[in-house]
Amino acid sequence: MLRDIEKNGIVKWEDVQASRGCPGEGRAKKGPVAVIECLQEIPCNPCETGCRFGAITVGDPITNLPVLDEEKCTGCGTCVAVCPGLAIFIEDESKDGPEAMVSVPYEYMPVPERGAEVRATDRSGQVICDAKVVNVRKPKGFNKTAVVTLAVPREYVHVARGIAIQ
Amino acid sequence: MRETDIAVIGAGPAGLAAALACGESGATTLLVDFMDAPGGQLIKQTHKFFGSERQFAGTRGIQIPDIIMDQLSKMPNVALMWGTNASGYYADSGVLTLEDGARFIKAKAKRVIIATGAAEKPLAFENNDLPGVYGAGAVQTLMNVHGVKPGDRVLMVGSGNIGLIVSYQLIQAHVEVVALVEAAGRIGGYLVHAAKLRRAGVPILTSHTVVRALGEETVRAAVVAEVDQSWQVKPGSEREVACDVICLAVGLTPLVDMMWQAGCEMKYVPALGGHVPVRDENMRASNPAVYVAGDAGGVEEASSAMISGEIAGISAARSLGFEVKEADARLAQLKADLAAIRSGPTGEKICAGIKCATVCGGEW
Repeated sequence: MLRDIEKNGIVKWEDVQASRGCPGEGRAKKGPVAVIECLQEIPCNPCETGCRFGAITVGDPITNLPVLDEEKCTGCGTCVAVCPGLAIFIEDESKDGPEAMVSVPYEYMPVPERGAEVRATDRSGQVICDAKVVNVRKPKGFNKTAVVTLAVPREYVHVARGIAIQ
Repeated sequence: MRETDIAVIGAGPAGLAAALACGESGATTLLVDFMDAPGGQLIKQTHKFFGSERQFAGTRGIQIPDIIMDQLSKMPNVALMWGTNASGYYADSGVLTLEDGARFIKAKAKRVIIATGAAEKPLAFENNDLPGVYGAGAVQTLMNVHGVKPGDRVLMVGSGNIGLIVSYQLIQAHVEVVALVEAAGRIGGYLVHAAKLRRAGVPILTSHTVVRALGEETVRAAVVAEVDQSWQVKPGSEREVACDVICLAVGLTPLVDMMWQAGCEMKYVPALGGHVPVRDENMRASNPAVYVAGDAGGVEEASSAMISGEIAGISAARSLGFEVKEADARLAQLKADLAAIRSGPTGEKICAGIKCATVCGGEW
Protein backbone atom coordinates (compact mmCIF):
# COMPACT_ATOMS: atom_id res chain seq x y z
CA MET A 1 0.00 0.00 0.00
CA LEU A 2 1.36 3.37 -1.02
CA ARG A 3 1.34 5.93 1.72
CA ASP A 4 -0.07 9.33 0.79
CA ILE A 5 3.33 10.96 1.22
CA GLU A 6 4.73 8.74 -1.54
CA LYS A 7 2.08 10.10 -3.88
CA ASN A 8 1.91 13.78 -2.95
CA GLY A 9 4.97 14.49 -0.83
CA ILE A 10 2.94 15.84 2.10
CA VAL A 11 4.08 14.65 5.52
CA LYS A 12 1.20 13.61 7.75
CA TRP A 13 1.38 14.47 11.43
CA GLU A 14 -0.12 11.10 12.36
CA ASP A 15 2.76 9.35 10.56
CA VAL A 16 5.28 11.54 12.39
CA GLN A 17 3.59 10.77 15.71
CA ALA A 18 3.75 7.06 14.98
CA SER A 19 7.49 7.26 14.27
CA ARG A 20 10.25 7.01 16.87
CA GLY A 21 11.59 10.42 15.90
CA CYS A 22 8.66 12.15 17.55
CA PRO A 23 8.64 13.20 21.20
CA GLY A 24 5.77 12.08 23.35
CA GLU A 25 2.65 14.10 24.03
CA GLY A 26 3.41 16.83 26.54
CA ARG A 27 7.21 16.79 26.16
CA ALA A 28 7.25 20.18 24.41
CA LYS A 29 5.36 21.69 27.35
CA LYS A 30 8.46 21.11 29.47
CA GLY A 31 10.80 22.80 27.00
CA PRO A 32 12.02 22.83 23.40
CA VAL A 33 12.38 19.44 21.72
CA ALA A 34 13.20 18.09 18.28
CA VAL A 35 10.49 16.64 16.07
CA ILE A 36 12.07 14.45 13.41
CA GLU A 37 9.89 14.13 10.30
CA CYS A 38 12.02 11.50 8.56
CA LEU A 39 9.74 8.69 7.43
CA GLN A 40 11.75 6.88 4.76
CA GLU A 41 14.78 4.66 5.23
CA ILE A 42 17.47 6.57 3.35
CA PRO A 43 21.25 6.39 3.92
CA CYS A 44 21.87 9.39 6.13
CA ASN A 45 23.05 10.10 9.69
CA PRO A 46 24.26 13.70 10.24
CA CYS A 47 21.48 14.14 12.83
CA GLU A 48 23.11 11.42 14.90
CA THR A 49 26.69 12.61 14.50
CA GLY A 50 25.71 16.26 14.84
CA CYS A 51 23.90 15.89 18.18
CA ARG A 52 26.35 16.49 21.01
CA PHE A 53 23.85 15.23 23.58
CA GLY A 54 23.53 11.80 21.98
CA ALA A 55 19.78 12.32 21.72
CA ILE A 56 19.39 10.91 18.20
CA THR A 57 20.30 7.37 17.20
CA VAL A 58 20.46 6.04 13.65
CA GLY A 59 23.00 3.28 14.21
CA ASP A 60 23.84 0.53 11.80
CA PRO A 61 22.77 0.28 9.03
CA ILE A 62 22.79 3.97 8.22
CA THR A 63 19.37 3.60 6.57
CA ASN A 64 17.66 3.10 9.95
CA LEU A 65 15.10 5.75 10.80
CA PRO A 66 16.33 8.13 13.50
CA VAL A 67 15.19 7.49 17.06
CA LEU A 68 14.81 10.46 19.41
CA ASP A 69 15.63 10.29 23.11
CA GLU A 70 13.39 13.06 24.36
CA GLU A 71 15.03 13.09 27.78
CA LYS A 72 18.46 13.85 26.32
CA CYS A 73 17.19 16.34 23.74
CA THR A 74 17.63 19.96 24.81
CA GLY A 75 15.97 21.43 21.73
CA CYS A 76 19.21 23.20 20.84
CA GLY A 77 18.37 23.06 17.12
CA THR A 78 21.69 21.81 15.76
CA CYS A 79 19.96 18.84 14.12
CA VAL A 80 17.53 21.23 12.41
CA ALA A 81 20.45 22.81 10.61
CA VAL A 82 22.51 19.70 9.90
CA CYS A 83 19.70 17.48 8.56
CA PRO A 84 20.36 17.48 4.77
CA GLY A 85 16.69 16.71 4.24
CA LEU A 86 15.54 19.76 6.24
CA ALA A 87 13.20 17.36 8.02
CA ILE A 88 13.71 18.29 11.68
CA PHE A 89 11.85 21.00 13.60
CA ILE A 90 11.84 22.22 17.19
CA GLU A 91 8.59 22.60 19.09
CA ASP A 92 8.40 24.51 22.35
CA GLU A 93 5.16 24.93 24.28
CA SER A 94 6.80 25.75 27.60
CA LYS A 95 6.20 29.51 27.61
CA ASP A 96 3.07 30.91 29.20
CA GLY A 97 0.70 32.75 26.94
CA PRO A 98 -1.20 32.08 23.75
CA GLU A 99 1.85 31.25 21.62
CA ALA A 100 4.10 28.30 21.01
CA MET A 101 7.51 28.36 19.34
CA VAL A 102 8.36 26.38 16.23
CA SER A 103 11.88 26.42 14.78
CA VAL A 104 12.26 25.63 11.08
CA PRO A 105 15.26 25.26 8.76
CA TYR A 106 15.39 28.04 6.18
CA GLU A 107 17.53 28.23 3.03
CA TYR A 108 15.86 30.99 1.02
CA MET A 109 17.00 34.57 0.58
CA PRO A 110 16.47 36.93 2.22
CA VAL A 111 16.44 35.27 5.63
CA PRO A 112 13.78 37.03 7.73
CA GLU A 113 15.11 39.10 10.59
CA ARG A 114 14.31 38.77 14.24
CA GLY A 115 11.12 40.64 14.99
CA ALA A 116 9.77 40.31 11.44
CA GLU A 117 6.09 39.56 10.93
CA VAL A 118 5.77 36.64 8.51
CA ARG A 119 3.16 34.14 7.41
CA ALA A 120 3.59 30.56 8.56
CA THR A 121 2.81 27.70 6.19
CA ASP A 122 1.84 24.11 6.78
CA ARG A 123 3.39 20.97 5.27
CA SER A 124 1.65 21.56 1.96
CA GLY A 125 2.73 25.18 1.65
CA GLN A 126 -0.66 26.66 2.59
CA VAL A 127 -0.52 29.82 4.65
CA ILE A 128 -2.07 29.02 8.02
CA CYS A 129 -1.43 32.00 10.28
CA ASP A 130 0.59 35.11 10.96
CA ALA A 131 3.77 34.48 12.90
CA LYS A 132 6.50 36.50 14.49
CA VAL A 133 10.16 35.70 14.03
CA VAL A 134 11.55 35.52 17.56
CA ASN A 135 14.99 34.18 16.77
CA VAL A 136 17.27 33.59 13.78
CA ARG A 137 20.42 31.54 14.10
CA LYS A 138 22.95 31.04 11.32
CA PRO A 139 26.35 30.32 12.86
CA LYS A 140 29.12 29.04 10.61
CA GLY A 141 28.62 25.48 11.81
CA PHE A 142 25.12 25.47 10.35
CA ASN A 143 26.74 25.76 6.90
CA LYS A 144 24.32 28.29 5.43
CA THR A 145 21.12 26.74 6.76
CA ALA A 146 19.41 29.26 9.03
CA VAL A 147 17.25 28.08 11.93
CA VAL A 148 14.33 30.46 12.28
CA THR A 149 12.14 30.37 15.39
CA LEU A 150 8.54 31.43 14.92
CA ALA A 151 5.96 32.33 17.53
CA VAL A 152 2.64 30.89 16.38
CA PRO A 153 -0.75 30.41 18.04
CA ARG A 154 -0.55 27.28 20.17
CA GLU A 155 -2.98 25.30 18.06
CA TYR A 156 -0.50 25.43 15.17
CA VAL A 157 2.50 24.01 16.99
CA HIS A 158 2.30 20.69 15.12
CA VAL A 159 1.18 22.36 11.89
CA ALA A 160 3.45 25.35 11.23
CA ARG A 161 6.44 24.07 9.27
CA GLY A 162 7.54 26.86 6.97
CA ILE A 163 7.50 30.54 6.13
CA ALA A 164 5.82 31.90 3.01
CA ILE A 165 8.70 33.05 0.80
CA GLN A 166 8.87 36.83 0.69
CA MET B 1 54.49 10.70 -25.61
CA ARG B 2 53.48 11.44 -22.07
CA GLU B 3 53.62 8.46 -19.70
CA THR B 4 51.82 7.83 -16.44
CA ASP B 5 51.08 4.89 -14.17
CA ILE B 6 47.40 5.70 -13.93
CA ALA B 7 45.15 8.00 -15.92
CA VAL B 8 41.83 9.06 -14.40
CA ILE B 9 39.30 10.27 -16.94
CA GLY B 10 36.82 12.67 -15.39
CA ALA B 11 37.26 14.85 -12.29
CA GLY B 12 33.78 14.57 -10.82
CA PRO B 13 33.19 13.00 -7.40
CA ALA B 14 34.33 9.54 -8.56
CA GLY B 15 37.40 10.76 -10.47
CA LEU B 16 38.54 13.07 -7.69
CA ALA B 17 38.26 10.30 -5.10
CA ALA B 18 40.05 7.87 -7.43
CA ALA B 19 42.89 10.30 -8.17
CA LEU B 20 43.33 10.98 -4.46
CA ALA B 21 43.73 7.27 -3.71
CA CYS B 22 46.16 6.84 -6.63
CA GLY B 23 48.11 9.90 -5.57
CA GLU B 24 48.43 8.64 -1.99
CA SER B 25 49.93 5.39 -3.26
CA GLY B 26 52.77 7.20 -5.00
CA ALA B 27 51.69 6.17 -8.50
CA THR B 28 52.14 8.84 -11.13
CA THR B 29 48.60 9.93 -11.84
CA LEU B 30 47.12 12.02 -14.60
CA LEU B 31 43.65 13.45 -13.91
CA VAL B 32 41.86 14.76 -16.98
CA ASP B 33 38.57 16.63 -17.33
CA PHE B 34 36.99 18.42 -20.26
CA MET B 35 35.69 21.22 -18.04
CA ASP B 36 37.91 24.14 -17.10
CA ALA B 37 37.68 23.32 -13.40
CA PRO B 38 37.35 20.09 -11.41
CA GLY B 39 34.20 18.87 -9.68
CA GLY B 40 31.93 17.55 -12.43
CA GLN B 41 28.35 17.72 -11.21
CA LEU B 42 29.51 18.79 -7.75
CA ILE B 43 30.01 22.37 -8.93
CA LYS B 44 26.26 22.86 -9.16
CA GLN B 45 25.15 20.84 -6.16
CA THR B 46 24.35 23.54 -3.64
CA HIS B 47 22.48 21.17 -1.33
CA LYS B 48 23.88 19.33 1.67
CA PHE B 49 24.91 15.75 1.07
CA PHE B 50 23.33 12.69 2.61
CA GLY B 51 25.25 9.62 3.72
CA SER B 52 27.73 9.56 6.57
CA GLU B 53 30.66 11.81 7.48
CA ARG B 54 33.02 9.64 5.44
CA GLN B 55 31.06 10.69 2.34
CA PHE B 56 30.97 14.36 3.35
CA ALA B 57 27.41 14.20 4.73
CA GLY B 58 26.21 17.66 5.70
CA THR B 59 28.74 19.28 3.38
CA ARG B 60 27.33 21.01 0.32
CA GLY B 61 28.37 19.45 -3.00
CA ILE B 62 29.94 22.70 -4.18
CA GLN B 63 32.29 22.65 -1.18
CA ILE B 64 33.70 19.18 -1.88
CA PRO B 65 35.96 19.83 -4.92
CA ASP B 66 38.01 22.38 -2.93
CA ILE B 67 38.44 19.96 -0.05
CA ILE B 68 39.79 17.21 -2.34
CA MET B 69 41.76 19.57 -4.61
CA ASP B 70 43.50 20.97 -1.56
CA GLN B 71 45.00 17.51 -0.99
CA LEU B 72 45.55 16.63 -4.66
CA SER B 73 47.39 19.84 -5.47
CA LYS B 74 50.00 19.02 -2.81
CA MET B 75 50.89 15.72 -4.48
CA PRO B 76 53.85 16.08 -6.85
CA ASN B 77 53.03 12.76 -8.51
CA VAL B 78 49.56 13.93 -9.59
CA ALA B 79 49.21 15.92 -12.81
CA LEU B 80 46.01 17.80 -13.55
CA MET B 81 44.72 18.64 -17.03
CA TRP B 82 41.54 20.69 -17.27
CA GLY B 83 39.81 21.79 -20.47
CA THR B 84 41.03 18.55 -21.96
CA ASN B 85 38.91 16.02 -23.78
CA ALA B 86 39.83 12.36 -23.58
CA SER B 87 38.87 11.48 -27.13
CA GLY B 88 40.08 7.92 -27.49
CA TYR B 89 41.64 4.90 -25.86
CA TYR B 90 43.67 2.32 -27.73
CA ALA B 91 43.37 -0.88 -25.75
CA ASP B 92 46.24 -2.68 -27.51
CA SER B 93 48.84 -0.11 -26.45
CA GLY B 94 47.19 1.62 -23.48
CA VAL B 95 47.44 4.95 -25.31
CA LEU B 96 44.94 7.69 -24.60
CA THR B 97 44.38 10.55 -26.99
CA LEU B 98 43.65 13.89 -25.41
CA GLU B 99 42.93 17.28 -26.91
CA ASP B 100 42.89 20.57 -25.07
CA GLY B 101 41.49 22.76 -27.83
CA ALA B 102 44.93 23.69 -29.11
CA ARG B 103 46.98 20.51 -28.93
CA PHE B 104 46.48 16.84 -29.60
CA ILE B 105 48.26 14.88 -26.87
CA LYS B 106 49.08 11.21 -26.55
CA ALA B 107 49.42 9.68 -23.10
CA LYS B 108 50.36 6.12 -22.30
CA ALA B 109 48.87 4.79 -19.09
CA LYS B 110 49.37 1.41 -17.43
CA ARG B 111 45.92 1.67 -15.88
CA VAL B 112 42.94 3.81 -16.80
CA ILE B 113 40.15 4.68 -14.40
CA ILE B 114 37.10 5.76 -16.33
CA ALA B 115 34.95 8.15 -14.34
CA THR B 116 33.11 9.88 -17.14
CA GLY B 117 29.77 10.14 -15.39
CA ALA B 118 26.41 10.04 -17.13
CA ALA B 119 24.28 11.96 -19.61
CA GLU B 120 20.68 13.02 -19.27
CA LYS B 121 17.96 11.07 -20.99
CA PRO B 122 15.52 13.01 -23.16
CA LEU B 123 11.75 12.55 -23.20
CA ALA B 124 9.67 12.24 -26.35
CA PHE B 125 6.62 14.52 -26.51
CA GLU B 126 5.13 16.87 -29.05
CA ASN B 127 7.15 20.08 -29.52
CA ASN B 128 9.97 18.95 -27.27
CA ASP B 129 12.37 20.87 -29.52
CA LEU B 130 10.88 24.26 -28.59
CA PRO B 131 13.31 26.63 -26.87
CA GLY B 132 12.40 26.51 -23.19
CA VAL B 133 12.56 22.72 -22.97
CA TYR B 134 15.68 22.00 -20.91
CA GLY B 135 17.42 19.12 -19.24
CA ALA B 136 17.64 19.54 -15.48
CA GLY B 137 21.42 19.52 -15.67
CA ALA B 138 21.35 22.50 -18.02
CA VAL B 139 18.99 24.40 -15.74
CA GLN B 140 21.28 23.69 -12.80
CA THR B 141 24.34 24.80 -14.74
CA LEU B 142 22.69 28.03 -15.87
CA MET B 143 21.53 28.89 -12.36
CA ASN B 144 24.23 27.64 -10.07
CA VAL B 145 27.34 27.98 -12.24
CA HIS B 146 26.54 31.00 -14.39
CA GLY B 147 23.93 32.80 -12.30
CA VAL B 148 21.45 32.88 -15.17
CA LYS B 149 17.75 32.51 -14.50
CA PRO B 150 16.43 29.90 -16.95
CA GLY B 151 12.90 31.34 -16.93
CA ASP B 152 10.13 32.55 -14.66
CA ARG B 153 7.70 29.63 -14.47
CA VAL B 154 8.98 26.08 -14.61
CA LEU B 155 7.18 22.78 -15.06
CA MET B 156 9.45 20.05 -13.70
CA VAL B 157 9.16 16.57 -15.20
CA GLY B 158 10.44 13.70 -13.05
CA SER B 159 10.47 13.13 -9.30
CA GLY B 160 13.85 11.47 -8.83
CA ASN B 161 16.30 13.25 -6.58
CA ILE B 162 17.48 15.45 -9.46
CA GLY B 163 13.98 16.68 -10.28
CA LEU B 164 13.24 17.31 -6.61
CA ILE B 165 16.54 19.03 -5.85
CA VAL B 166 16.61 21.20 -8.97
CA SER B 167 13.03 22.30 -8.24
CA TYR B 168 14.12 23.36 -4.75
CA GLN B 169 17.10 25.24 -6.16
CA LEU B 170 14.83 27.01 -8.66
CA ILE B 171 12.69 28.24 -5.77
CA GLN B 172 15.84 29.37 -3.99
CA ALA B 173 16.63 31.38 -7.13
CA HIS B 174 13.16 32.96 -6.90
CA VAL B 175 11.84 31.07 -9.91
CA GLU B 176 8.30 29.74 -9.63
CA VAL B 177 7.92 25.97 -10.00
CA VAL B 178 4.30 25.62 -11.14
CA ALA B 179 4.20 21.85 -10.63
CA LEU B 180 6.26 18.70 -10.70
CA VAL B 181 4.84 15.83 -12.74
CA GLU B 182 5.85 12.19 -12.36
CA ALA B 183 4.53 9.45 -14.63
CA ALA B 184 4.97 6.73 -12.02
CA GLY B 185 2.43 6.35 -9.25
CA ARG B 186 4.92 7.26 -6.56
CA ILE B 187 7.66 9.80 -5.93
CA GLY B 188 11.00 8.40 -7.07
CA GLY B 189 13.47 10.41 -4.98
CA TYR B 190 13.87 10.96 -1.26
CA LEU B 191 10.61 11.90 0.45
CA VAL B 192 12.37 14.52 2.56
CA HIS B 193 13.22 16.40 -0.66
CA ALA B 194 9.61 16.07 -1.80
CA ALA B 195 8.33 17.29 1.57
CA LYS B 196 10.61 20.33 1.29
CA LEU B 197 9.09 21.19 -2.08
CA ARG B 198 5.59 20.73 -0.77
CA ARG B 199 6.27 23.09 2.12
CA ALA B 200 7.24 25.65 -0.53
CA GLY B 201 3.83 25.10 -2.10
CA VAL B 202 4.84 23.12 -5.20
CA PRO B 203 2.16 20.61 -6.26
CA ILE B 204 3.60 17.15 -6.93
CA LEU B 205 1.43 15.29 -9.44
CA THR B 206 2.23 11.57 -9.56
CA SER B 207 0.68 9.50 -12.38
CA HIS B 208 0.97 12.60 -14.59
CA THR B 209 3.10 13.34 -17.63
CA VAL B 210 3.75 16.13 -20.10
CA VAL B 211 1.92 15.50 -23.37
CA ARG B 212 3.04 18.47 -25.44
CA ALA B 213 4.67 21.86 -25.27
CA LEU B 214 2.71 24.85 -26.55
CA GLY B 215 4.18 28.00 -28.08
CA GLU B 216 5.40 29.44 -31.36
CA GLU B 217 8.92 30.75 -30.76
CA THR B 218 9.38 29.50 -27.20
CA VAL B 219 7.43 27.53 -24.62
CA ARG B 220 4.37 29.39 -23.30
CA ALA B 221 2.57 26.43 -21.72
CA ALA B 222 2.62 22.68 -21.32
CA VAL B 223 -0.21 20.23 -21.65
CA VAL B 224 -0.12 17.73 -18.81
CA ALA B 225 -2.33 14.69 -18.37
CA GLU B 226 -2.96 11.84 -16.01
CA VAL B 227 -1.64 8.42 -17.01
CA ASP B 228 -2.96 5.01 -16.07
CA GLN B 229 -0.93 2.07 -14.78
CA SER B 230 0.15 1.10 -18.29
CA TRP B 231 1.42 4.65 -18.87
CA GLN B 232 -1.44 5.56 -21.24
CA VAL B 233 -2.90 9.05 -21.09
CA LYS B 234 -6.37 8.99 -19.56
CA PRO B 235 -8.78 10.54 -22.09
CA GLY B 236 -10.17 13.88 -20.98
CA SER B 237 -7.48 14.43 -18.33
CA GLU B 238 -5.40 16.83 -20.42
CA ARG B 239 -5.00 20.35 -19.13
CA GLU B 240 -2.88 23.35 -19.92
CA VAL B 241 -0.31 24.69 -17.46
CA ALA B 242 1.22 28.11 -18.17
CA CYS B 243 5.02 27.99 -18.02
CA ASP B 244 8.05 29.21 -19.96
CA VAL B 245 10.36 26.33 -19.04
CA ILE B 246 9.76 22.60 -19.20
CA CYS B 247 12.58 20.98 -17.27
CA LEU B 248 13.28 17.30 -17.89
CA ALA B 249 14.68 15.21 -15.06
CA VAL B 250 13.79 11.78 -16.35
CA GLY B 251 16.96 9.87 -15.65
CA LEU B 252 20.55 9.48 -16.71
CA THR B 253 22.47 7.00 -18.79
CA PRO B 254 26.14 6.08 -18.12
CA LEU B 255 28.76 7.58 -20.47
CA VAL B 256 30.59 4.44 -21.49
CA ASP B 257 32.11 5.20 -24.92
CA MET B 258 35.67 4.68 -23.67
CA MET B 259 34.76 1.35 -22.18
CA TRP B 260 33.43 0.17 -25.53
CA GLN B 261 36.68 1.38 -27.11
CA ALA B 262 38.65 -0.52 -24.48
CA GLY B 263 36.89 -3.71 -25.49
CA CYS B 264 35.34 -4.15 -22.05
CA GLU B 265 32.59 -6.68 -21.66
CA MET B 266 29.40 -4.62 -21.49
CA LYS B 267 25.93 -5.41 -20.23
CA TYR B 268 22.60 -3.62 -20.59
CA VAL B 269 21.28 -3.09 -17.06
CA PRO B 270 18.16 -0.88 -16.97
CA ALA B 271 18.40 -0.48 -13.18
CA LEU B 272 21.79 1.21 -13.68
CA GLY B 273 20.63 3.44 -16.54
CA GLY B 274 21.80 1.57 -19.65
CA HIS B 275 24.95 -0.17 -20.85
CA VAL B 276 27.59 -0.59 -18.17
CA PRO B 277 30.88 -2.48 -18.01
CA VAL B 278 30.86 -5.80 -16.20
CA ARG B 279 33.19 -5.30 -13.24
CA ASP B 280 34.58 -7.12 -10.23
CA GLU B 281 34.16 -5.95 -6.65
CA ASN B 282 37.23 -3.75 -6.99
CA MET B 283 35.71 -1.92 -9.98
CA ARG B 284 38.02 -3.62 -12.51
CA ALA B 285 36.52 -4.18 -15.96
CA SER B 286 37.10 -7.27 -18.11
CA ASN B 287 40.07 -5.45 -19.68
CA PRO B 288 42.53 -5.72 -16.76
CA ALA B 289 43.98 -2.26 -17.46
CA VAL B 290 40.60 -0.57 -17.11
CA TYR B 291 38.69 0.37 -13.97
CA VAL B 292 35.33 2.11 -13.76
CA ALA B 293 34.13 4.51 -11.08
CA GLY B 294 30.99 6.47 -10.33
CA ASP B 295 27.99 6.92 -12.59
CA ALA B 296 29.89 5.57 -15.62
CA GLY B 297 29.46 2.17 -13.96
CA GLY B 298 25.81 2.72 -13.08
CA VAL B 299 23.78 5.80 -12.17
CA GLU B 300 23.68 6.40 -8.41
CA GLU B 301 24.37 9.23 -5.98
CA ALA B 302 27.55 11.30 -5.69
CA SER B 303 28.29 9.72 -2.30
CA SER B 304 28.45 6.23 -3.80
CA ALA B 305 30.48 7.64 -6.72
CA MET B 306 33.14 8.87 -4.30
CA ILE B 307 33.29 5.45 -2.65
CA SER B 308 33.56 3.50 -5.90
CA GLY B 309 36.20 5.99 -7.05
CA GLU B 310 38.31 5.36 -3.99
CA ILE B 311 37.91 1.59 -4.42
CA ALA B 312 38.99 1.86 -8.07
CA GLY B 313 41.94 4.09 -7.16
CA ILE B 314 43.26 1.82 -4.43
CA SER B 315 42.78 -1.28 -6.57
CA ALA B 316 44.44 0.17 -9.68
CA ALA B 317 47.45 1.38 -7.67
CA ARG B 318 47.80 -1.96 -5.95
CA SER B 319 47.61 -3.85 -9.22
CA LEU B 320 50.78 -2.00 -10.24
CA GLY B 321 52.55 -2.91 -7.01
CA PHE B 322 52.16 0.42 -5.23
CA GLU B 323 51.79 0.30 -1.48
CA VAL B 324 48.51 1.62 -0.24
CA LYS B 325 48.42 2.07 3.52
CA GLU B 326 46.02 -0.35 5.17
CA ALA B 327 44.59 -1.18 1.78
CA ASP B 328 42.68 -4.26 2.87
CA ALA B 329 41.04 -2.56 5.82
CA ARG B 330 40.19 0.49 3.71
CA LEU B 331 38.70 -1.59 0.91
CA ALA B 332 36.64 -3.57 3.41
CA GLN B 333 35.37 -0.33 5.01
CA LEU B 334 34.55 1.20 1.61
CA LYS B 335 32.65 -1.88 0.50
CA ALA B 336 30.75 -1.92 3.79
CA ASP B 337 29.93 1.78 3.31
CA LEU B 338 28.64 1.08 -0.21
CA ALA B 339 26.51 -1.79 1.05
CA ALA B 340 25.12 0.45 3.80
CA ILE B 341 24.29 3.28 1.40
CA ARG B 342 22.51 0.81 -0.85
CA SER B 343 20.59 -0.88 1.97
CA GLY B 344 16.95 -0.22 2.66
CA PRO B 345 14.06 0.13 0.23
CA THR B 346 15.57 3.07 -1.73
CA GLY B 347 18.61 0.95 -2.62
CA GLU B 348 16.84 -2.22 -3.75
CA LYS B 349 16.89 -1.37 -7.45
CA ILE B 350 20.55 -0.35 -7.41
CA CYS B 351 21.53 -3.52 -5.55
CA ALA B 352 19.77 -5.68 -8.13
CA GLY B 353 21.52 -3.76 -10.92
CA ILE B 354 24.96 -3.99 -9.33
CA LYS B 355 24.51 -7.73 -8.82
CA CYS B 356 23.65 -8.05 -12.49
CA ALA B 357 26.72 -6.03 -13.55
CA THR B 358 29.23 -7.72 -11.25
CA VAL B 359 31.19 -10.67 -12.55
CA CYS B 360 30.09 -13.99 -11.13
CA GLY B 361 31.74 -14.61 -7.75
CA GLY B 362 32.94 -10.98 -7.52
CA GLU B 363 36.34 -11.69 -9.09
CA TRP B 364 37.66 -12.07 -12.64
